[in-house]
Amino acid sequence: MASNTSSSQPRSGRLRHVNWSAVAMIAPSVITLLLVGLYPLLFAVSLSLQRFMLNRPQGNGTFRGLTNFLSVVNDDLFWGSLGRTLTMMVIVLIVQVVLGIGIAQLINTSRWHFLNWLVKTLLVVPIAMTPAVVGLLGVLLFNREFGFINYLLGQQVNWLGDPTMAMAAVIITDIWQWTPFAALVMLSSLTTVPPEVVEAAQLDTKRAWLVFRHVQLPYLWPGITAFLIIRTADVLKLFDMPFTLTRGGPGVSTELISLYVQRMGFRIFDMGVASAQAILLLVLCIILARSYIRFFYRAPEEA
Amino acid sequence: MAQDTAIRTPVGMHLRGSRRLRPMSILQLVLLIVLLIVLLFPFYWMVTTSLKEQNDTFAVPPKLVFTPTFDHYRDVLFDEAGAVPTGLRNSIVVAVGTTVLALILGTPAAYVLARFEFRGKRDLWFWFISNRFISPIVVALPFFLIARDLKLLNTPTALILIYLTFNIPLVVWLCLDQFRAIPKEIDEQAKVDGCNLWQSFFRINLPLAIPGVVVSSILCFIFSWNELLFALILNRSSGQTAPVQAANFQTGFGILWGPMMATGTLIVLPVIVFAALVSRHLARGLTMGAVK
Repeated sequence: MASNTSSSQPRSGRLRHVNWSAVAMIAPSVITLLLVGLYPLLFAVSLSLQRFMLNRPQGNGTFRGLTNFLSVVNDDLFWGSLGRTLTMMVIVLIVQVVLGIGIAQLINTSRWHFLNWLVKTLLVVPIAMTPAVVGLLGVLLFNREFGFINYLLGQQVNWLGDPTMAMAAVIITDIWQWTPFAALVMLSSLTTVPPEVVEAAQLDTKRAWLVFRHVQLPYLWPGITAFLIIRTADVLKLFDMPFTLTRGGPGVSTELISLYVQRMGFRIFDMGVASAQAILLLVLCIILARSYIRFFYRAPEEA
Repeated sequence: MAQDTAIRTPVGMHLRGSRRLRPMSILQLVLLIVLLIVLLFPFYWMVTTSLKEQNDTFAVPPKLVFTPTFDHYRDVLFDEAGAVPTGLRNSIVVAVGTTVLALILGTPAAYVLARFEFRGKRDLWFWFISNRFISPIVVALPFFLIARDLKLLNTPTALILIYLTFNIPLVVWLCLDQFRAIPKEIDEQAKVDGCNLWQSFFRINLPLAIPGVVVSSILCFIFSWNELLFALILNRSSGQTAPVQAANFQTGFGILWGPMMATGTLIVLPVIVFAALVSRHLARGLTMGAVK
């Protein structure tokens, strides 16, 4: 299975040189991930084809074919929660990338070195904050009567009671927490731009936009791609913060896909349908991640 | 700003430069300060709310100056039921347990992936990483049933195991980079000197990879400490972790803001300290090494 690369010539019949020590080093983690990662996934696939109710276990395990998937496809609440999740994803990703680039440029060009350092260090504060606690903190800050945000606005916006505003609150909170991550990623990409190139370009044109577009942006693409891939997965997973901030309410107006699957499995107790939803979510996640890699990672390689 | 230029003009040696830079850098100063306030205000508000009397929390306009009280911390930490201390203890056990296991399992795997070529290596590597992208709810449903059958519900073990699904990939990805940076000649020399693979891993490579190991273990700790979904589903009664305890404050009549924010502060403070320690590596860790 494993042969050492230090033997420079790739030889045929590698299988003869099985390095059992190497196998022993890698096997435990592979086996663990098979057991805690892959096995539950396959179990979820089989659950999605069964009748499986947590509250009424009689008749559990009956094979139902694609019935669960059909009921998911015909479920307006499912498409509603998926639509909300995707809408939120588009909004937060665009805002975070743009703001992130802006903040990175700010730190990169300003001469207030101490402040630059301070901001760079403290960017980690929102990122590290426990999302569940961030949600609870949002309940306080978005409070209609005594919340600080309404105090700043000077009016009593019903943030958590109004369907649209509640979704806005979830989106604003996510932007607050994860824009710093975008900024950190963009900042480390910006530092890969050779300063001489930027200076040379600045001699050619006074327009900062042109310098950014043609000189700096190409260096940012890998960072932007990585950010988009990670955050796409994260928004599809997003549970903790909206759970403590709104619990999906009012009604189902902020019920994102993870919240709905959780409710289906552990409040409605239908593990079969919940698993079918989860499998579809997984497929979506894989498709999105793959298409990102295809669209974005090509560009810098070909250039 | 106009004044500023006027003062500088007669003295300024870099006349053109300063005139052009001045308004720009003041704008930058303002933006940096605004940014700093936006970043820190929620954290500041959480800490001050945890030190306020309940009445002061409801004050309109919000009270920026108030007499601090540590009552909420006393209530939360020394209350008879002891829910929050138990939660914090459970969180520590789970986060430390899963981090240690992830390191034991992940570092040798990363070393092998960095040093050996074998068929299917790319697929294996990709599979390791893809675990990071799987939505936890997908795994949580079946894992709940598995843990129930194995009588692991409400134990730290269930969480320690399930957190490995994201911690092992993290360790492997970050340490892989670190091991690659170690020149292969060192390994070859070790082989000549009679070290077997395990010895050259433990005695030579692992010590050289300590920075990567430290960063990945801190990140594992943070992610495990912060996690709510699995903790909520798998440990609903005795084994509750601290974030679940915090979320519990929401239920019941009238939210106890002080104790809730005191609990929040206790949960958040250690992770912020840890994150500040690895701040330079945070972006790399979160993007699984895609960004240096």
